[in-house]
Amino acid sequence: MASLDILKKRAALLRQVRAFFYARDILEVDTPALSSTGNTDPNIESFTTSYIGPGKNKTLYLHTSPEFSMKRLLADNSGSIYQLCKVFRNGEFGRQHSPEFTMLEWYHLDYDHHQLMDEVALLLDEVLEQTMPIVKLTYQQAFTDYAGIDPLNINLVALKRCAEKHGLVDVIGMEDASTDDWCDLIMDQVVVPKLGQGRVFIYDYPASQAALSKISEDDPRVAERFELFIDGVEIANGFHELTNAKEQRQRFENENIKRKRKGQSPLPIDENLLSALATGLPDCAGVAVGVDRLLMLIAGADSISTVLSASSVD
Amino acid sequence: MASYNTNEFRSGLKLMIDGDPCAIVENEFVKPGKGQAFNRVKIRNLKTGRVIDRTYKSGESVEAADVMDTEMQYLYNDGEFWYFMDPDSYEQIGADVNAVGENTKWLKEQDTYTVTLWNGSPLTITPPNFVLLTVTETDPGVRGDTSGGGGKPATMETGAVVRVPLFINEGELLKVDTRTCEYVGRAKEED
Repeated sequence: MASLDILKKRAALLRQVRAFFYARDILEVDTPALSSTGNTDPNIESFTTSYIGPGKNKTLYLHTSPEFSMKRLLADNSGSIYQLCKVFRNGEFGRQHSPEFTMLEWYHLDYDHHQLMDEVALLLDEVLEQTMPIVKLTYQQAFTDYAGIDPLNINLVALKRCAEKHGLVDVIGMEDASTDDWCDLIMDQVVVPKLGQGRVFIYDYPASQAALSKISEDDPRVAERFELFIDGVEIANGFHELTNAKEQRQRFENENIKRKRKGQSPLPIDENLLSALATGLPDCAGVAVGVDRLLMLIAGADSISTVLSASSVD
Repeated sequence: MASYNTNEFRSGLKLMIDGDPCAIVENEFVKPGKGQAFNRVKIRNLKTGRVIDRTYKSGESVEAADVMDTEMQYLYNDGEFWYFMDPDSYEQIGADVNAVGENTKWLKEQDTYTVTLWNGSPLTITPPNFVLLTVTETDPGVRGDTSGGGGKPATMETGAVVRVPLFINEGELLKVDTRTCEYVGRAKEED
């Protein structure tokens, strides 16, 4: 549980974030946390609840990120927007995970992922009250340098051998693992620990890990997605946003197929988002920042529970 | 067969790994925001004491080990087995040298020890962290030396050899830390 000192640090951080966007004339928005559609990403579990009362009784999901509702505002000509909100992910609990956490999400019109990385760096300078050089590495470069494998030219056998070479000899449950699952493992246990201290952006993820980002026109093997690591901890994930409704629908459907294959229930696709994309989502880049993890850095905390005013699980 | 999902992992949980009973020492849930979750686990093999690292894809199930700790009274040694008794049922059980290991040096008749049973058989014997033992052999005490510097070896009634201050004499009752094999202080019987 957070001390008074940490509560004050959290309040100061939220104030600094709001000042940062106010100074840039980026509008704060507040979108609903409940939705009748869930997140189809097979690696993210939504909390499910039921609405009972006037209107129509129905299953509702707590948002895992405000992305879909914010994109609808963007398509409706909101201009650049940001939001600070609680998001919910079932099954995530550990030293760096809480099933509900505070997310800062923003979208900057006419930016690509590189311009947005630069803006994230500016925000960090302000909230961490320290200007620090950033390191930018492509996903391919990071894997080549630190794991000795080219992530854009791989197969399961090579990934398994790479993991073994780096001491991951006893990984249980990988019989049905995909190349992306192996890449996640190697990223987490081999690459990230070698990134060292400081602020490191990894960008141009393999196209299979595009999530909601655009596939690069220059190199279709990669997606215009980035992640930020500070002192070896994942802090942010950003996209040069996919604006093509047809391609987005295809990705949602593929995710639901993967969910079924893994024994998870498929989730209703957000048709409102897809029609917003069809109307026209302006070219933009967006990023989600884990506010509690930023606060952990500011407070020198080793565990997320230290910076939360109370735990929802324990 | 009972099993545990990775969601139930916590330190102290007993699992069967490669046919041996093991205990989780440390469990960490790791997951990239948009990626596969894993549990990074440190596991102690309860037979060998060795600690190994294992990574589990989250959601996997692992067979539980039928391991339980019981408090039992040490009775005697017949040259092959060390016999312990359950103070409630008076049931007796013999532990072999693999289970008792180096802890023979702490065993004192009538005292209580933790006997870890695996499928009903003794797996390990653990003495209390602190025990009271009488010195049976040491060089004569140096009167007036209470500095605690230097020290000398003393053999205790159970066979354990402990480094003690120079002023300690044979026949004295001492409190000893079994984890570090270190002298803690002089003791009275009722301590």
